Amino acid sequence: MSASLLLLLVLPFAGAIAAGLLPTYARNAASWLAGAVALGCLAVVWGTFPTVLSGSTVRYEAEWMPSVGLSFVLRMDGLAWLFSGLVTGIGALVVLYARYYMSDEDPVPRFFAFLLAFMGSMTGVVISGNLIQIAFFWELTSLFSFLLIGYWHQSAAARDGARIALTVTATGGLALFAGILVLGHIAGSYDLDAVLAAGERIRSHPLHLPALILILLGALTKSAQFPFHFWLPHAMAAPTPVSAYLHSATLVKAGVFLLARLWPVFAGTDGWFWIVGTAGLVTLVLGAYIAIFQHDLKGLLAYSTISHLGLITLLLGLGTELGLVAAVFHMMNHATFKASLFMAAGIVDHETGTRDIRRLSGLSRSMPFTSRLAMVAAAAMAGVPLLNGFLSKEMFFAEALSAPAPVPLLLDVLPLVAVIASAFSVTYSLRFIHGAFFGPDPVDLPRQPHEPPAWMRFPVEILVLTCVLVGVVPGATVGPFLHTAVQSVLGAATPEYSLAVWHGFNLPLLMSGIALVGGILLYMALQPHLWKGIDGPPLLRAFEGRRMFERTMVFLSWRLARSAERVFGTRRLQPQLRLILCVTLLAGVSAVLLRGAGPGNLTPSHVDPVLACAWAVGGACALGAAWKAKYHRLAALLLVGGAGLVTCLTFIWFSAPDLALTQLLVEVVTTVLLLLGLRWLPKRFQLPGRAGPEVIPRTRRLADLSIAVAAGLGMAALAFGVMTRMPPDLLARHFIERAYTEGGGTNVVNVILVDFRGFDTLGEITVLAAVALTVYALLRRFRPAADSVDVPEQQTAQSAYDRERPDRQEGDTVADWLLVPSVIARLLFPIIALVALYLLVRGHDLPGGGFAAGLTASIGLLLQYMTSGTQITEARVQVHPLRWMGLGLLLGAGTGLGAWLVARPFMTTYFGYAELPLVGKVPVASALLFDIGVFMLVVGATVLMLIALAHQSLRGHRAAPRRPQMREPDLAEAPAVGRARED
Amino acid sequence: MEAIVSIAIGILTGSGVWLLLRPRTFQVIIGLSLLSYAVNLFIFSTGGLRIGAPPILQRGEAGTLAQYADPLPQALVLTAIVISFATTALFLVLLLAARGLTGTDHVDGREPER
Repeated sequence: MSASLLLLLVLPFAGAIAAGLLPTYARNAASWLAGAVALGCLAVVWGTFPTVLSGSTVRYEAEWMPSVGLSFVLRMDGLAWLFSGLVTGIGALVVLYARYYMSDEDPVPRFFAFLLAFMGSMTGVVISGNLIQIAFFWELTSLFSFLLIGYWHQSAAARDGARIALTVTATGGLALFAGILVLGHIAGSYDLDAVLAAGERIRSHPLHLPALILILLGALTKSAQFPFHFWLPHAMAAPTPVSAYLHSATLVKAGVFLLARLWPVFAGTDGWFWIVGTAGLVTLVLGAYIAIFQHDLKGLLAYSTISHLGLITLLLGLGTELGLVAAVFHMMNHATFKASLFMAAGIVDHETGTRDIRRLSGLSRSMPFTSRLAMVAAAAMAGVPLLNGFLSKEMFFAEALSAPAPVPLLLDVLPLVAVIASAFSVTYSLRFIHGAFFGPDPVDLPRQPHEPPAWMRFPVEILVLTCVLVGVVPGATVGPFLHTAVQSVLGAATPEYSLAVWHGFNLPLLMSGIALVGGILLYMALQPHLWKGIDGPPLLRAFEGRRMFERTMVFLSWRLARSAERVFGTRRLQPQLRLILCVTLLAGVSAVLLRGAGPGNLTPSHVDPVLACAWAVGGACALGAAWKAKYHRLAALLLVGGAGLVTCLTFIWFSAPDLALTQLLVEVVTTVLLLLGLRWLPKRFQLPGRAGPEVIPRTRRLADLSIAVAAGLGMAALAFGVMTRMPPDLLARHFIERAYTEGGGTNVVNVILVDFRGFDTLGEITVLAAVALTVYALLRRFRPAADSVDVPEQQTAQSAYDRERPDRQEGDTVADWLLVPSVIARLLFPIIALVALYLLVRGHDLPGGGFAAGLTASIGLLLQYMTSGTQITEARVQVHPLRWMGLGLLLGAGTGLGAWLVARPFMTTYFGYAELPLVGKVPVASALLFDIGVFMLVVGATVLMLIALAHQSLRGHRAAPRRPQMREPDLAEAPAVGRARED
Repeated sequence: MEAIVSIAIGILTGSGVWLLLRPRTFQVIIGLSLLSYAVNLFIFSTGGLRIGAPPILQRGEAGTLAQYADPLPQALVLTAIVISFATTALFLVLLLAARGLTGTDHVDGREPER
């Protein structure tokens, strides 16, 4: 039984996916599928009825996040049952209706996919037994209603309507989520049953009001209550089946459903009464008033929906048990008559081509059946006796007369307002019927009106029949459903109420009579005004929610954002960096100020003059690089190399041979890389006679200098502080102890890299691969700046010398100049490769490893490129850096995955020693394989980057426009170029 | 010794930060290189400065921190060195591409208004 709830939730989504996969114009298949899913869901809902009727709750629970006490709960009680029935039942009718409504040109499967997904989300809201889940499905309904409203996305009105609906309801949904978090915090659990049981505690909690307001923001936006009502009329741009579904039984009912669901928790407090009651009251009257003056059939129904939702909200806001009964009853009644009215309006639209009341008239002759059905449904909406709308309206009147209110005055006002709003609803119902179906024969309609296909009318017939049946014999038809629904909310507090049609002559009946007569009189009095065909209601025309919404959106998303960007943002890098550095400095200084800084617990070791001298040079190099980087790039580059070498020396001095090795090798490749890049940068000369920078730049430089000095001093102090302290225990103890016994290597650093923290290393080589690929991709489309692609002067002269002699080819002199280095490099290549291999193999035990070996190998290749030139090298050595990288990554990840084969966690390593002839004992750990992966990737990535950059010089030569003095034969072309420019 | 290395870190940081704030991309790239030396040295130095105690164990031995230098910062710095090479390369290529696109080597992609 409980698993059927899961089925009920999953089935619509599965159906949605299946429908989405159908071919675009498979209208019938999609309809059958959607209909079957909806009926299947209805059957599941029906199957749970016996349990629900007996007063118990069907519950499905699965662990979700047990660590924070969250479970995935589905629960079906009376109220949830009632709503699931409405959602799936009316859903099935809407599917049938939509089959005939949607045209062949529309991609119908997509429509049904959205519709089914929406049905699933709505079911999720209704049967969730966990507040977080409710918020989740709530947002899903917003999303899918957005897709449904904007289904005809070629129309601007549909897009706007969808956007407004999404903005309003999803914003409300966020507020709801926040409110639910607060509520769960107060109640100590997100489980709905626990929250409902904790009502007393929640109401007395200081955070009660914030939680209430946030949750109400969600519910009232969803149910289109004043002042958030404006999104609903714009959502009428949706296909009519969507309107019939969303605005009768589902989307807008989610808000009032939630109010009813949480009614036991919140109802009865002053905050609830004032907020919910006022919103409902204002919406009830306002919606009905505006509805009278709508010329669009669907617009009229939209405002009438707003008004009826206001009525339900008001009933819930009163906080009385009987009010809740009336509210739940009216939710059902409204769903039936409103869905049928929307469908009827859709039929009129479908068969005549217009929904404008001013153009429609006399349709009762051409569509007799539809018009009769619409009349009955509209009468139900107006509250005519013997129809279901009458019963709930009577209940409302009775409540309006008897509800206790915090302010006595309200008691006098409420019945009056109720009668007025009711009269309004009679007026707009009359307008709907009289305007469309009575009067002279219509003229000049886009289509010749006639009855729709019988199956298109069928859903309307079912719904209208329900209206009549409920209206005539309420006790026998909805009695049990209503009772279980109310009982599931109120429990033992369920009041006595009577569903009879006739209660004798009493005050509510009198009020109904007054409303009916008043409504008819008002309609007659308004005839002259309505015939003028003015848009919008009198008095309220200026207050258009849509315009205010748009203005707010423009303000928030454009003006506010722009001014915030103007005030706080900059597109310039330097101020941003300055800000980051200042904040960092401030953070460091404040930490010292707040926590204090004392001397360390270690005494500094004595100063070695050799290293001190080395750092005197290194420091001078760094300062020199900083000084020269603007005008003397090559010098700066060399100076940076100097600082790097001293750093390297420091590493080896202080027992880090691996670091020193890697640093040295990286130093080489970095320098080559930057050298390759130098020629693409603009020439910059320090003009000799020029005075220093002006005042403002000078102060800026002074500020930068002080930031730099402060950062340097801060880092020095921090480093000294750290170095003179010894923490009580180090993580490294663990690594040193086990490097050999468990990792099988004596080089602890390497064992950490390839074994203990192998996963990190895998991540790092992946980063390396990504960077190399990015560099490669960027350089493929590289367009160098025009002035930086000249061939260097020396090379130009050498090439010119070659050209002058017939026995020489261009480039020969360059090759000659580098003959000795290139021969040496060629001879060195196998030796360097051997060294790389040696470093790789011994890495696990002695300084070396994949990183160092990879860099060594790429330096070997690099030397070939530098001394022999790109073409010659590539003619002899085929390098496929991309393959190397791919293999390296595969090997690294594969070694890790290999551990799974022997049922060990990812990246578990195996080790042993193998006896090789001549070589001796060699460590063979699976970590070595991983290290080979690192090696291959480093080779591939480094070579890829450097070669990609080196190839630019080939391209540069090709792309470079030759200088005018060098291309004597091309002089004739110059005028042609000039002409081309004039064109 | 600690003082020397601290001062070295300070000088490298200061020069790096100064260059980081300069307007030309090449200056920034040099600054980043210097800064990465400083940061690498700093991370390395958090393990303490030990002379003649590289973390290379004897066969079959479970080492202790008393005998050997802290290997963890070394492992961290080793990958950092390689990654900093990669980022330098990336930045260099971006710099060149930006210069090709905008015609200037100013960090903002356009010459400041005078």
